[in-house]
Amino acid sequence: MKKAFDGSVNYYQVMDELGNIDQSLFPRDLDDNKILEMYRYMSLARALDAKALSLQRQGRAVTYAPLVGEEATQIGSAMALGKDDYFVPNFRQQGVFLARGFGMDGLFLYFRGYEEGNMIPRNMHALPGAVPVSTQMQHAAGLAFAQKYLKTGASVIGFVGDGGTSEGDFYEALNFAGVTKSPLVAIIENNQWAISMPRSRQTAAQTLAQKAIAAGIPGVQVDGNDVIGVYKVIKDALANAKNGPTLVECITYRMSMHTTADDPTKYRPQEDVDVWKKRDPIARVRAYLAKKNLWNDQKEQALTDQNLRSIDEAVEKAESFKGDPASIFEHVYSYMPDILQEELDAAAASNFWQQQQTQQENGE
Amino acid sequence: MVLMNMVAALNNALDLLLKENDKVVVFGEDVGKDGGVFRVTDGLMQKYGENRVFDTPLAESMIAGTAIGMAAGGLRPIAEMQFAGFMFLSFSQMVNHAARYRGRTRSTITLPMVVRTPVSGGVRTLEHHSENPEIYFSHMGGLIVVEPSNPYDAKGLLIKAAHMDDPVVFLEPTKLYRLFKQEVPENMYEVPIGKAATIQEGDDLTIITWGTMVPVVKNAVANKKANAEIIDLRTINPLDEKTILSSVKKTGKAMIVHEASLTFGPGAEIAARIAEKAIFELDAPVMRVASPSLPYPYPGYENFYIPNEKKVEEAIDKLMSD
Repeated sequence: MKKAFDGSVNYYQVMDELGNIDQSLFPRDLDDNKILEMYRYMSLARALDAKALSLQRQGRAVTYAPLVGEEATQIGSAMALGKDDYFVPNFRQQGVFLARGFGMDGLFLYFRGYEEGNMIPRNMHALPGAVPVSTQMQHAAGLAFAQKYLKTGASVIGFVGDGGTSEGDFYEALNFAGVTKSPLVAIIENNQWAISMPRSRQTAAQTLAQKAIAAGIPGVQVDGNDVIGVYKVIKDALANAKNGPTLVECITYRMSMHTTADDPTKYRPQEDVDVWKKRDPIARVRAYLAKKNLWNDQKEQALTDQNLRSIDEAVEKAESFKGDPASIFEHVYSYMPDILQEELDAAAASNFWQQQQTQQENGE
Repeated sequence: MVLMNMVAALNNALDLLLKENDKVVVFGEDVGKDGGVFRVTDGLMQKYGENRVFDTPLAESMIAGTAIGMAAGGLRPIAEMQFAGFMFLSFSQMVNHAARYRGRTRSTITLPMVVRTPVSGGVRTLEHHSENPEIYFSHMGGLIVVEPSNPYDAKGLLIKAAHMDDPVVFLEPTKLYRLFKQEVPENMYEVPIGKAATIQEGDDLTIITWGTMVPVVKNAVANKKANAEIIDLRTINPLDEKTILSSVKKTGKAMIVHEASLTFGPGAEIAARIAEKAIFELDAPVMRVASPSLPYPYPGYENFYIPNEKKVEEAIDKLMSD
């Protein structure tokens, strides 16, 4: 007997819960200005999240998937990305969109339930959110293949949740990227819960990162609440992307509900949540910045005010948008088939549409 | 002009498309060295290199899903599903994403992609190798569904499909791959998508058909010496309603012949449109000829399942006696 295969998974943490840095792992290209930028985006992401949740509760937004608690995973990944790299979200990466410079009004328009919120400028190099779990990983793999084929030098990051790693599409995407050596960094935003299913019941595998082994690619774990650790691990994976894909498992925690359609008190104990409160991804960056005299209460207040102002502006802009129902007909094919034109003409002339329009304008 | 069967015509189309645009990539299971299980991609990897014509791991959802990513990333993928029965594994990618991306992004991201697959039976194959999924891909909108019945159309439709900025499901009737040869131009040409062909003019009845049933209908009409107008639909979705209605209004009788099973089949949609828009110009009820409403049987029973000339001839007699 001889050993046919030997594999292992490393775990990284650069900044601990108290804001202390492991200098041996600190990324050389990172400076305090960039850490301040990360902090601002994390803070903005949390504020945007709270606003979206409140709008949903007021009936001003549709079902919403909160990101609170997962800011470090999202902002750390986004900040590691090069200008030409691509970003493929699932349905919870509002933070990444923010840090990539996508207008918040677009996000709020999406939260209101309009496709127009997905009109991401092509040069922003991102795909819109994908709701069917893990299906987007295939797109990320194909997009990465295209970068290699076209020799753009760009790479792709694709996000999936812990539950998504149980889907066939997840493995198929890793396998394709591995065999074609495509520049993909697959990021598992492991927030421990897939709606009501805990991580422990999702798979018997000890880590999710080890699922990379089956695809023959490297897999690493990182403290997903450590923005610097996430930045470092993603940056390293991107630097290696020309040689092929990497799977990164970011270990974080979903502090809120899966979406506004469920109540987590029904399926998880509060003690679990309390443990993770102490590992807050934003508090530790603030502790680090405060120790270096780069942050104080005054600056925090100014940031909070600024966030609320820019969010309110974005909401106002998004809420001033009036959808044109004809648009649902106009973006189906590259041309308008006769049979669809006929349906559009009939709908546009109908009392049904006129009634809906009047009701919507009256806020009914 | 060169005499070609459908396989040669499709191979020729892919060759011209690969030559024309280096953003075109051709991939799927066994499409490289093996040239595809039906040899549609034969010789293309050798000619254009493994970078442009390549074998993928065995995963149909991945073939469709990565094609979507490639198309979003600026390529023009032409993917092959080895058999329609296995294509159901890619159904989620096709209906949840390929069909929806243009609408979802308000045309910011469009998907120029073609997914080819052999369809229909009659060639004594194993289970899952004989079905025709045309109706599933036609129902939700957003996907163009094309199905040629001869080598000339096959080449021109595939070229047109690859030139469009839409996801196209390209269904190739296995039985017709090598059934007959036809004069096909060697140069690039397009056959319009969304446009049916009136392949025979007539005054007494209209027969709307496509794919494997086209030669069956032609023979049945010839045997009966019926004065029938035969329409080859060519594009299942979006439907060319105009050609159907104008013919039916002329003849006053309509028959739809397809190989997929009867219930909720494309014939139901076509019959409903005729009923809605031309019922007072009919002098007999619309007739449908299709396979029975049950899953495709094993090859031992398929001759009892697929409509044949006899069945169409009987239907013509019945319709003409109404």
